[in-house]
Amino acid sequence: MKKLPIAKLPKLFAAISGEKTLYIPAQDASGVSKFTVWQEGMTLSPALNTVRSAKDLFFPQVENLMGFKVTGKQIELLEERDVTAPFVLFGVRACDCRSFDVLDRVFLAEPVDTYYQTRRENGTVVTMACTEPEETCFCGAFGIDAADPAGDVTCWMDGENLYWRANTEKGEALTAALTCLAEGGDDAVAAQQAQTRAVMQKLPLHDLDLSKFGAGKTKEFFARPEWKQLSESCLGCGTCTFVCPTCQCYDIQEFDNGKTVRRFRCWDSCMYSDFTKMSAGQPRPTQLERFRQRFMHKLVYYPENNDGLYSCVGCGRCLQKCPIHMNIAKVIRTLGEEAK
Amino acid sequence: MKNDPLIPNIGVVTKIRVDTPDVKTFRVVGLDGKKPFEHIPGQCAMLSVPGVGEALFSITSSPTEEEFVEFSIKKCGCVTQWLHQMEQGQQITLRGPYGNGFPVDTAFAGKDLLFIAGGIGLAPLHSVINYCRHYRDRYGKIDIVYGSRSKEDLVDFQEILDVWCREDGINVHLTIDREQPEWDGHVGFVPNYVKELGFTTDKTVVMCGPPIMIKFTLAGLMELGFARTQVYTTMELKMKCALGKCGRCNIGSKYVCKDGPVFRFDQLDELPNEY
Amino acid sequence: MQGVKEKALALLQSGTVDRVLGWKAGEFFYDLTPAVFTTAEEIENDFVWSAFSAANLSKYLIQESRKGGKVGVFLKPCDSYSFVQLLKEHRILRDHVYVVGVQCDGMCDIDKIRAAGCKGVTAVTEDGDRLRVTTLTGEKTVNKQDVLLGRCTVCKSKKIVEFDELLGEQGEELTSARFDEVAKLEAMTPEERYAFWRGELSRCIRCNACRNVCPACSCEKCVFDNHDLGTDNKAAADSFEEDFFHIIRAFHVAARCTDCGECSRVCPQHIPLHLLNRKFIKDINELYGVYQAGADMDTKPPLMNFTKDDCEPSVVYERGGAKA
Repeated sequence: MKKLPIAKLPKLFAAISGEKTLYIPAQDASGVSKFTVWQEGMTLSPALNTVRSAKDLFFPQVENLMGFKVTGKQIELLEERDVTAPFVLFGVRACDCRSFDVLDRVFLAEPVDTYYQTRRENGTVVTMACTEPEETCFCGAFGIDAADPAGDVTCWMDGENLYWRANTEKGEALTAALTCLAEGGDDAVAAQQAQTRAVMQKLPLHDLDLSKFGAGKTKEFFARPEWKQLSESCLGCGTCTFVCPTCQCYDIQEFDNGKTVRRFRCWDSCMYSDFTKMSAGQPRPTQLERFRQRFMHKLVYYPENNDGLYSCVGCGRCLQKCPIHMNIAKVIRTLGEEAK
Repeated sequence: MKNDPLIPNIGVVTKIRVDTPDVKTFRVVGLDGKKPFEHIPGQCAMLSVPGVGEALFSITSSPTEEEFVEFSIKKCGCVTQWLHQMEQGQQITLRGPYGNGFPVDTAFAGKDLLFIAGGIGLAPLHSVINYCRHYRDRYGKIDIVYGSRSKEDLVDFQEILDVWCREDGINVHLTIDREQPEWDGHVGFVPNYVKELGFTTDKTVVMCGPPIMIKFTLAGLMELGFARTQVYTTMELKMKCALGKCGRCNIGSKYVCKDGPVFRFDQLDELPNEY
Repeated sequence: MQGVKEKALALLQSGTVDRVLGWKAGEFFYDLTPAVFTTAEEIENDFVWSAFSAANLSKYLIQESRKGGKVGVFLKPCDSYSFVQLLKEHRILRDHVYVVGVQCDGMCDIDKIRAAGCKGVTAVTEDGDRLRVTTLTGEKTVNKQDVLLGRCTVCKSKKIVEFDELLGEQGEELTSARFDEVAKLEAMTPEERYAFWRGELSRCIRCNACRNVCPACSCEKCVFDNHDLGTDNKAAADSFEEDFFHIIRAFHVAARCTDCGECSRVCPQHIPLHLLNRKFIKDINELYGVYQAGADMDTKPPLMNFTKDDCEPSVVYERGGAKA
């Protein structure tokens, strides 16, 4: 364990920034938190979490894949891949850090998505333990310990110090370059962890029961009549999807500027009516089917394909951001508690 | 250029054959003039026209075809409309092959095969039929039931007449929906025709066509005493990546692009009815 | 306001309506979901009217009024303007709806409560114009005025413009300071204003929450979803185009937007989208005379009502502002 007085945080950021591009959660002029490239004078956001999740850094909302130049009948492929340099992502919460595992199993499964892979290889993840969770937090339901997040480096912060523990080779390498860190802090971290874990136990959603869901439960849940009522007032917007750290569906689109064609991918949402629409038909014709797909995927289909891992990390963003306050916690409660 | 499964190769369309008023078959080779990839019957590939879009198509040619791959494509959306108006020599992009394909070397081996197709549904079966014809001694008797709206809408009609119909051990049963001049063959819908023909239940069935045809033909096969474990079909859902990642072609936990497109009906029974 | 839940129950039990559209309790005190209640039991257990019943239910009536039978609905003053505007556009079958107008003294914004330093909020009780907020770590008191939804701080009207029955007193149109924010933008230099909007709109994640919640956005097929037309646009090809989504949307709803403020309420990124619409309202007021969308069924919307005296906006502004 290493530590650093809080007052020296700017020095730490400057030192990391000297090595690689540093992203920290910071507030913009309107007070909205976002992972932002650190610059002299920038401070950590007081918000528990960013509105957009940390997946942005590995799976950005819009990303160039390739380009084409079309001349007569000829097509030429153009390299239009966005260049990514090594970076450090500081202040990732335990929930978002787990989301990288969920995304890895999609993008790093064969055939490997090299766009994502390159970003993952370039990124060093420095997590920050939570001390003051929101009532919307339920990472504990997924076995995530907010007081001891994973990542290449784990940090804790109290009124006096930042505590720093390298977990991986990447983390060790970063640590080695930071001479401002001193030894010590184990006791302070242990004390804070005990306190945080006690608070986590008091969270209103800490008892959310997932035991009824998981692999092999398609038949139990797919035809449940409650989907109608749960999806009834869904607006069919993509807010839940886009703030979700584990949602990874994408669309591939093209932009023709008259000279070349740029093919890019962008986030897509299974909540959108055109997501599965073909010229020949529409397998999910109403919002009920779309809504059901999103939650079945997170709670049943994804675990089925991924050793029981749920595609939700309990970050609570959808609880805070859904325009009609419908969310995975309500789905779990409604379907899980009434499951026979 | 750094490689990625999403980055396609360039292909050249060397031959365009008009099959029906709305189906054309496109022959594609790589820039080197050779066959762009090896595949299994039933697999698909992503074709694209930059600026128009990318879409997934069944590979119609048999893997035993050494020089090229072919795609029989019906005009119905943006990409297909563009493909239909292009000329020979046009370059397109292609990536693949994708999907599981038919179990031609395992479950099909040594079996009597019954192929049932409707309309453009022949396209995915064309590859497997010609593969089985090529390795004729590996399979038992082959029956092909193929129907379309009219004689003009029968895809590959000439090949069927000139080649398939003349081979020993292959029985071709053609039908069209309504009577028309110069047609002395069977008239009626595929499901009824299959029941009329009354096949013995020792066959393995491969079926592709519009959903309504699949539904009633399957019911007919069940009446004849076939089990759902004997009947294969190939699915089509909207796809963008074809790699099992973009998230839209799933039926329950299965991705059609990766775990399909070929499914047995007993396998589909295990999945939610959302296709 | 007392008696809203009781009214819902009475409407159902008396057979006045077959179902009730209202706000349903969630996991917490504030996360209410618009819902259709069909039994007395559901209403007893889950119907909530509180300072968090912010959702404007009028847009749901497009579908709900077509499902057969009669649907009861509770509309706050601002919601009632959206309702009338939708009636005016022939989007709601009036005969199938029973409207209970509910007087409202402002809805609270849970994000503002959080921003006021209340982390892990578990309960709120109203105590006059103060709110007692219980959190996981203790209790805090805030002024209700400080945590009202932005739209409620500049409430334009307490008048319920359409109803079958009224709960509480009928209110009046208010002298609202709602155009002050627009005036501030107008006072900026073009460069400042451009920078302001680029800053705000750069946060857009294109989730379409603003569009999908908007009662004026009731097209069966949005132009931005129309693949056949080639105008579908799920993501920005560049940021300039992204900004234009909101500007085009503002044009589409001009003179039909009632300024209900739902767009800004639901924006996950806190973009003040209502300012675009409000600027249009202010312009229309100045150029064509004061017009409030949804205020009544009869007044012709200025942008659909050409008269020979209509001004030419560009000319008016070149001459220095207000209509002669």
